[in-house]
Amino acid sequence: MVVWKKLKPKFWDYVDAAAGPFAHLFNFRRIWQLAVLLTVGVAVVPLVAITAIDYQVTQKSIESEIALRTSRLVSNTRRAVSFFLAERRSALDFIVRDNSFADLNDPERLQSILKNLKSSFGGFTDLGVIDPLGYQRNYAGPYRLEGVDYSEQAWYREVLERGVHISDVFPGFRQVPHLIIAVKHEVGSGAQFVLRATLDTERFNHLISHPEVVGGGDAFLINREGKLQTPSLSHGKVLDTISLPVPSFSPNTELIETEDGQGQLNAIGYAYIEDTSFILMLVKNKKEILKPWYKTRLQLMGFLAASITIILVVILGVATYLVNKIYLADQKRITTLHQVEYSNKMATIGRLAAGVAHEINNPLAVINEKAGLIKDLFSMREECARDEKLMNTINGVLSSVERCAKITRRLLSFTRNSGVTTQRINLRETIHEVLGFLSKEAEYRSFHISVHVDEDVPQITSDQGRLQEILLNVINNSFAAMQDEGHLQVTVRRHKEQSVSVTVKDDGCGIPKADLERVFEPFFSTRAGKGGTGLGLSITSGMVQELGGEIRVESEVGKGTSFTITLPIQTEKKEKPSNEGSLGR
Amino acid sequence: MKVLLVDDEHELVSTLAERLSFRGIQADWATSGEEAMRLTEKNTYDVAVLDVKIPRISGLELKRRLHAKIPAMKFIFMTGHGSEDEFRNCSAETGEGCYLVKPVNIEDLIQKMNELMNASEVRS
Repeated sequence: MVVWKKLKPKFWDYVDAAAGPFAHLFNFRRIWQLAVLLTVGVAVVPLVAITAIDYQVTQKSIESEIALRTSRLVSNTRRAVSFFLAERRSALDFIVRDNSFADLNDPERLQSILKNLKSSFGGFTDLGVIDPLGYQRNYAGPYRLEGVDYSEQAWYREVLERGVHISDVFPGFRQVPHLIIAVKHEVGSGAQFVLRATLDTERFNHLISHPEVVGGGDAFLINREGKLQTPSLSHGKVLDTISLPVPSFSPNTELIETEDGQGQLNAIGYAYIEDTSFILMLVKNKKEILKPWYKTRLQLMGFLAASITIILVVILGVATYLVNKIYLADQKRITTLHQVEYSNKMATIGRLAAGVAHEINNPLAVINEKAGLIKDLFSMREECARDEKLMNTINGVLSSVERCAKITRRLLSFTRNSGVTTQRINLRETIHEVLGFLSKEAEYRSFHISVHVDEDVPQITSDQGRLQEILLNVINNSFAAMQDEGHLQVTVRRHKEQSVSVTVKDDGCGIPKADLERVFEPFFSTRAGKGGTGLGLSITSGMVQELGGEIRVESEVGKGTSFTITLPIQTEKKEKPSNEGSLGR
Repeated sequence: MKVLLVDDEHELVSTLAERLSFRGIQADWATSGEEAMRLTEKNTYDVAVLDVKIPRISGLELKRRLHAKIPAMKFIFMTGHGSEDEFRNCSAETGEGCYLVKPVNIEDLIQKMNELMNASEVRS
């Protein structure tokens, strides 16, 4: 609230005090609001739209890039896994084609083949040759498995049927996960045998868990039942069943999004590996992979917020500045209009008063002479000269004429001032002259008026008429605020080196603090509708400025108001020879 | 001292002339410029008291004509108007202080006449 009070522009609370020709042409607050709304709209809407579009485009492109990369990784890895298995299958195929059944039944030969396989391909654990009846006829490897009957086992039947079998991963005797590749070879004339090899899965795992593949996610193989075939980072050990559903079959690499148990969104790339029961899965936390996007998004939002802030600050500043300028110009216009109107009014009053004074002065002069003649005649006759009542009566007529003459002269001296013409002024006399105009009202309302002029106050050079008007306005203003039997104090002091101050202090109703700043504004009146025009103090302030001075006001509600007018001792305008005292006498 | 009073207000000039005569000052009066000019045909005057505004011919114009006729004559202007311009014009014509606003106190008028006479005597 305090900040707002400080920042609030002048025009914000402006209320038209006047109607009619001097009313403000503009509703400044609305102009300001309109200007701000329109410019903000024009500037911010496209910015927001562009940002929104950019947001969408960037989000889409980042997402599709991520999808593309994931799918490429998955498909590459699938190829690598397929190739790994196909390579080993082809090696076995080569062995059964290169060696006769009899050769393979030679234990030494089989040992030597296993040794060669281990050193050239790696990953082979053992080799077994199974005869057409399903018995293992020869075996090379760490166990003693000769003579084992496989004829009833499912994989054996599959090999016979399809010619090849790649098993799921299983722990086996040593509790080390491994898998089996078996190939069938037909010797001709319906005879056939099967070569079976066990592979440990370490190299296999290495293919999948390569950091480039994993890339902040989790990559593993499962079988069609959802059992893990390779170790995973966060989905369990080998042969555990994963919590994710097994994705449906597709010949291509696919991307899906699923929600895991913790409500996290996962992006999953998967591919079925041909001729096996393996499914390659690459699971990435969506939040993780979208991190670069979040960063970009933050930058985008930051930029938008900063831009909007700057736009708002600039627009608010510029709009406020411009509207304030218009407001000030308008104020100036109104003040000028007032002054013109006031001058016209004063000129009219001046003409009227001068006319009246002139018209009255002539018959007054006749009365003066006639009464003077009567007095002269009476004075010449002794009995009349002694008649006190007669002489008092005639003196009464003469003094009344003198009073009327004073009034008309005051009117003339008040109205003859048009335009600023300077002369030497005795402030004490001027103040008494002005108070003389108001003496009747002061008398009726029993005001106590005191005038104090400091000894060291010099005569000042200024415009007598203007000064009279200023004092008349200010004192009139005080009278309006005062109760009957109120006190009015006029004090004249030397103010600094080159100026004097006239303080008019009353003990009237005072001016509320909120109005204090506005009393010199045109048409500001607390007496609106009660005879106040709101012109007095604004015009007064204008006239004081015209004389090179300034006017200040201090007030306390209930205690009274004091107006202080500071005037330069010497105004810079051309001085005119003094006519003081010669006009009336 | 012989005085010529010119004012369109008949009552004013006649009464003023009478009052001046009580005080030992011989005063003739006229209510128009023409009449004043006629009076100066026959008589000469030391001082003329002129209203600034009289019908047909202005007080200032009358002063110029009278001055042309009798250069030694002194002038006092009397006015009911008292405007700034008028004051300036009259002061320019006759010098400071010879401009009185109606109604005029007769003692002031006499004093002013005496001042003018004395001044002219000193000069001569």
